[in-house]
Amino acid sequence: MKKILFSVLLLGAMFASQMVVAAADLEVNTPAITAIKGSMQSRHAQLAPHYASGAVGLTKDGMVAVRDANAVPLKDRAALNGTVAAENADRAKLYKEIATANGHPEWQAEIQSTFASRWIDKAQGGWWVQGAGGWTQK
Amino acid sequence: MKSWSIALVLACALPSCVTINIYFPAAAAEKAADKIIDDVWQLKNGAGKPSTNTVEP
Repeated sequence: MKKILFSVLLLGAMFASQMVVAAADLEVNTPAITAIKGSMQSRHAQLAPHYASGAVGLTKDGMVAVRDANAVPLKDRAALNGTVAAENADRAKLYKEIATANGHPEWQAEIQSTFASRWIDKAQGGWWVQGAGGWTQK
Repeated sequence: MKSWSIALVLACALPSCVTINIYFPAAAAEKAADKIIDDVWQLKNGAGKPSTNTVEP
């Protein structure tokens, strides 16, 4: 009886230890991901003033969007739209790349929604973020 | 006794076959997201916070 109990305990410990291994980190250091990150990092210098002015906001699906085009002079709007489109293309690629780098392309949507809440959490005060009820200023 | 040993070996071997994550590792994803966002927005490497002053775009 004691032996059985011991075995059950041992088995439990083994399962538990393997669950811990399964919950390891996600791979985010592939060349593709690093390249996308670099491109987003250099674009951030252009986007930061627009986040601050409210022209661009962080959407609830982990993207960025032109929120108030009037905050930008007419002549600069086309360029802004281009920057936002490029940023969103990079973000979509980033989410997809992380999913495939970890062998689970089907995780893309979940990765995207994880990022969505983290971008918004880390956004600076004054930036506009999209919640369930629409745009709010942090 | 022998059957227990076999059961034990199986119990160790089986989960390692399914260690390939089937569930979505939410905590790991959050950690990865934080790391990437810190890099992109340069929040944590002495570079200071990205400029928020409204410079003429």
